[in-house]
Amino acid sequence: MSEFHDPSNVLNPEHADHQIITPATYGMVFATLLIFTGVTVGAAYIDLGIFNPVVALAIACFKAVVVILFFMHVKYQSNLIKLTVAAGFFTFIVLITMTMSDYISRAWGLW
Amino acid sequence: MDNAIVATRPHSHETAVAAEHEHVVLPQHRHHFETKEQQREAATFGMWLFLLTEIMFFGGLFFAYLLYRNWYHDAFVVSSNQLSIPLGAANTAILISSGFFMALGVWAAEVQKKSLLVLFLVLTTVFGVAFLGIKGVEYHEKWEKHHIPGSHFDVSEFINPPINPKTGKPTETPLAPDMAQKTQVFFFLYFAMTGMHAFHMILGIGLLFWLTWRANRGEFSAGYVAPIENFGLYWHFVDIVWLFLFPLLYLINRHPGY
Repeated sequence: MSEFHDPSNVLNPEHADHQIITPATYGMVFATLLIFTGVTVGAAYIDLGIFNPVVALAIACFKAVVVILFFMHVKYQSNLIKLTVAAGFFTFIVLITMTMSDYISRAWGLW
Repeated sequence: MDNAIVATRPHSHETAVAAEHEHVVLPQHRHHFETKEQQREAATFGMWLFLLTEIMFFGGLFFAYLLYRNWYHDAFVVSSNQLSIPLGAANTAILISSGFFMALGVWAAEVQKKSLLVLFLVLTTVFGVAFLGIKGVEYHEKWEKHHIPGSHFDVSEFINPPINPKTGKPTETPLAPDMAQKTQVFFFLYFAMTGMHAFHMILGIGLLFWLTWRANRGEFSAGYVAPIENFGLYWHFVDIVWLFLFPLLYLINRHPGY
């Protein structure tokens, strides 16, 4: 049987009230995602040179952040969950950067 | 529950009974969790750890795409232009709609509305199946054009692109035969990435059938939301993978004027 022996208050340190996100919020997120899908398709038909991939990926990152914050409730979660999510993406970026810096700094074809 | 107050209170029969009482109110509350908030956070935390392994898994595919796109850029441009933007954009909208109904499903479970929850889960499934249907149409077109990597792969369209009758010029920049072979790398990555994404969706749709059946029995409309919430996290993650696949595979090599 559980006992509330928790002198350092580790169980719910932030007193995080569970928040129910309303359908109105979800509707706004849904509209935002659809609008930016239209924007990214439109931008693909405009010749921006090297900025075409940059714009497309920036919009994709923005949409992903909106999904993570609202559809996946991370905005309303405790700091533990926020830190976990951030740590995952940070580790991913580190891995990509280290692998890519190896590939682009080798003397390909010289050995 | 405000634990600061509970923790400073000396342990007594009342607190023990209060804890016992909570088991009665919330039968799915596991005894090794002190509070339902702790149980809930542990489940969310575990689900996110799983999703982080998924980020690394898809990340490997995305990195392969990034590298080969730089190495065989010309081949990636012409083979990317083979994909249909209208079908890809429609699928993006369909998948966003599916995610929207999943999010509404989590809300319906939170406010304990059983029939709404079942309805939203069914709508999530319907849009998910529609996505796979359009993906099937796209795969079939690649099959017919012999654009599936392997011994039957046909590079002729990349070496001798069709002539635009209006301008009299080729619709794409013709590739040298060795670079034309590298279009197979693009299509290999296209099938690997969208195929893995579709596989995740097929698994998700299987889980949706199971969750809909359980929701219809009223299992998630009495305060027990965790399975719906954690499946929602999975489904939104699969959405996010597509939000990156769509621009990378369909959009960023598009050149106006061709």
